Amino acid sequence: MTLTRFVTKNAFRNKRRSLLTLLSIGFSLLLLTVMMTVWHAFYNDEGSAESAQRLIVRHKVSLAQFMPISYRERIRSIPGVKQVVNETWFGGQYKDDKPENFFAQFGTDPNELFEVQKDFHIAPDQLDAWKKDRAGCVADAELAKKFGWKIGDRVNIKGTIFPINLELTLRGTFTAPENTETLYFNNTYLDEGYPHVKGFVGFFGVLADSPQAVPQVAKAIDEQFRNTDRPTKSESEKAFNLDWIAMMGNVKAFILSICAAVVFATLLVSANTMAMSIRERTREVALLKTLGFTRGTVLGLFMSESVCLAAAGGLLGALAASGVVYLMAHSSQGGFLFTNMKTSVPTILLAVVVGAAVGLVSSFVPAYNASRRNIVEGLRHIG
Amino acid sequence: MAIPIQYNLRNLKLRKGATVMTALGIALTVTTAIFIMALLAGLNAAFHGSGDAKNVLVLRKGATAELAAGGVDRDALPIMKELPGVERDPHGDPMISGEDLLIVVLPRNDGSGDANVTVRFMTAMGIEMRPEVKLMSGRWFTPGQREIVVSNSIHKRFGQANLGDSMWIGKGSYTVVGIFDAAGSSHDSEIWGDVNQLAADFDRTTYASVLVRATDPLAADALKNRVADDQRLKLNGMLETDYWAKQTNSGAPIKFVGTMVAIIMAIGSCFAAMNTMYAAVAYRSREIATLRVIGFSRPSILTSFVFESVVLSLLGAAVGIILMLPFNGMTTGTNNPTTFSEAVFSLRMTPGVVGSAVIFAVAMGLFGGIAPAWHAAKREILASLRD
Repeated sequence: MTLTRFVTKNAFRNKRRSLLTLLSIGFSLLLLTVMMTVWHAFYNDEGSAESAQRLIVRHKVSLAQFMPISYRERIRSIPGVKQVVNETWFGGQYKDDKPENFFAQFGTDPNELFEVQKDFHIAPDQLDAWKKDRAGCVADAELAKKFGWKIGDRVNIKGTIFPINLELTLRGTFTAPENTETLYFNNTYLDEGYPHVKGFVGFFGVLADSPQAVPQVAKAIDEQFRNTDRPTKSESEKAFNLDWIAMMGNVKAFILSICAAVVFATLLVSANTMAMSIRERTREVALLKTLGFTRGTVLGLFMSESVCLAAAGGLLGALAASGVVYLMAHSSQGGFLFTNMKTSVPTILLAVVVGAAVGLVSSFVPAYNASRRNIVEGLRHIG
Repeated sequence: MAIPIQYNLRNLKLRKGATVMTALGIALTVTTAIFIMALLAGLNAAFHGSGDAKNVLVLRKGATAELAAGGVDRDALPIMKELPGVERDPHGDPMISGEDLLIVVLPRNDGSGDANVTVRFMTAMGIEMRPEVKLMSGRWFTPGQREIVVSNSIHKRFGQANLGDSMWIGKGSYTVVGIFDAAGSSHDSEIWGDVNQLAADFDRTTYASVLVRATDPLAADALKNRVADDQRLKLNGMLETDYWAKQTNSGAPIKFVGTMVAIIMAIGSCFAAMNTMYAAVAYRSREIATLRVIGFSRPSILTSFVFESVVLSLLGAAVGIILMLPFNGMTTGTNNPTTFSEAVFSLRMTPGVVGSAVIFAVAMGLFGGIAPAWHAAKREILASLRD
């Protein structure tokens, strides 16, 4: 019998206990993996190369404050800017006010949208049809599929922010690298339907020459409008999305404290199991030592047993976590925050490593005590 | 006959290490659950406790929030003033306040960046119509002056919000002249100023909303319908309390994530408790057999072990509650999607929250304890004695 076999055999010799420990650690590390995935998606993910090249320019105060459309040409003339498109959040209701029927609607310029959103793809004839119809709209192909829209269908949207209702005709669908759950309509419709906002738009999407140019361009744009009565705030698309997350509250602290609680809980569970399992085997340890195994070997045996168990729990949890993340991404409850989230392989590996580390740390004290125990006393132990 | 409780308590004490570790694990789960429930309770209190049953909030027809484009025409005010059921103040003036909202970006005190804060521009009458809001220090804004009062939460959480500070709002600089306390309601997330200042700055001919006070809650209901039915107005009235209660859904993401976290942690802790109890049972198998020989029945053994597990988790709950106590009353903020700005609220460990946490822990103990206790009760006496 090799030492490895000895370890694996022992790790699972009390099947019920091993299973319970595995499940307990697994559930904790599931949570840890989900949190790490969320963290990664919020703070580490740089987005696609196209996204990194884009900026959002909005009114300095908030998205609810509009800017004159004349800003568009002024932005276009700034060095480093390739394309600009105006967008206005309509925020209307489709069918009813249920969250599952909610999706984003933007008024925009059909001639410019796909010049800025280079990673959106639409058939040229559909784009042409949209350009010619001021009451036309295009939708994300996924969104169209969700509601069963076909080209030529009517899409009616009730305005809540604006006192008009949109009666649109679907002229085309586009595909994006990720599901955007978005419908774009011709901003002229909004201008004519509600002349109060004529000449004003919500924000601008800007395509820079290169990702490296983004910070400079952002600064130049804000500088341009600094002393006007409608100053701007320009930031990369990623930073703009992060603003929304930051508005939810102190998300970073929330995630970190949950991770800490989870790791600590795992540590307790694992330490408890190892303590129980080692105490049961006091006599065995003494026997092993009588046979000539050194203290170091005994220590190593027990610790690798714990690491083995905890790492298996980590793997189990991480795999289950990818399932949970999938459910989160496809649930309407969490809103747009979790869409397109996926657990990456490095995250799963990290969870396994965390599990192993927890196993290592938690087993040290009981294993050390066992390895130091006097042989005679150990043999006499009744337990 | 039941096994004395003392037996279980002594056993927990004997196996100190395992008891402490399991209880701590449960405590962590309970802490997380309380934290999330306290957040939601605070948010609920902020929105459900807002508004007065006598006040009717009037918006443009079709609008669902005060921040919607195209508000209430100023010409509509004289019509509304004469509607039946409108309360009058001691001077005989109808109690009605045209209001407007603006959002400003303020730096957070804790250095975590900027946040949007709602500024409510109102009339002096508007202050009287919200008797729950009390002035804490300084004075109310003077109509016609560029002055604002801030809520105590805003004063504590944000820079530029101390007495005497000036704040740039819209097109001008305003001086902070007072701090008010809105008793945990939504107004705790607001800054108040004079509506005519804003109208002058922006040439606004409309109000975002109009607040009308009725003589009594019944009249408020009638007034609400009267406003909606009046063909001259093209407006929509709703009870102020209903309007705020609807915004509680800004807690939806917290609720979703929080519930998920609490459930997953609870399942994990359940297994841990089960593990500890199985070990306790295995360790004492001879003892249990002896108890049976003395004459304790199977059901009493079952209850005894379930009880032990519940005590274990109650211990965890107690530790969890104590761990969370320092956070009680802590103010925090989340985004209110209807105003694009921060809703300030505080963590509230209400008796309901603490009670649910205890029930939550007991449930964990029950689930964790039943299988091992069943196992203990079922074993054959002879087999156990021979072990």
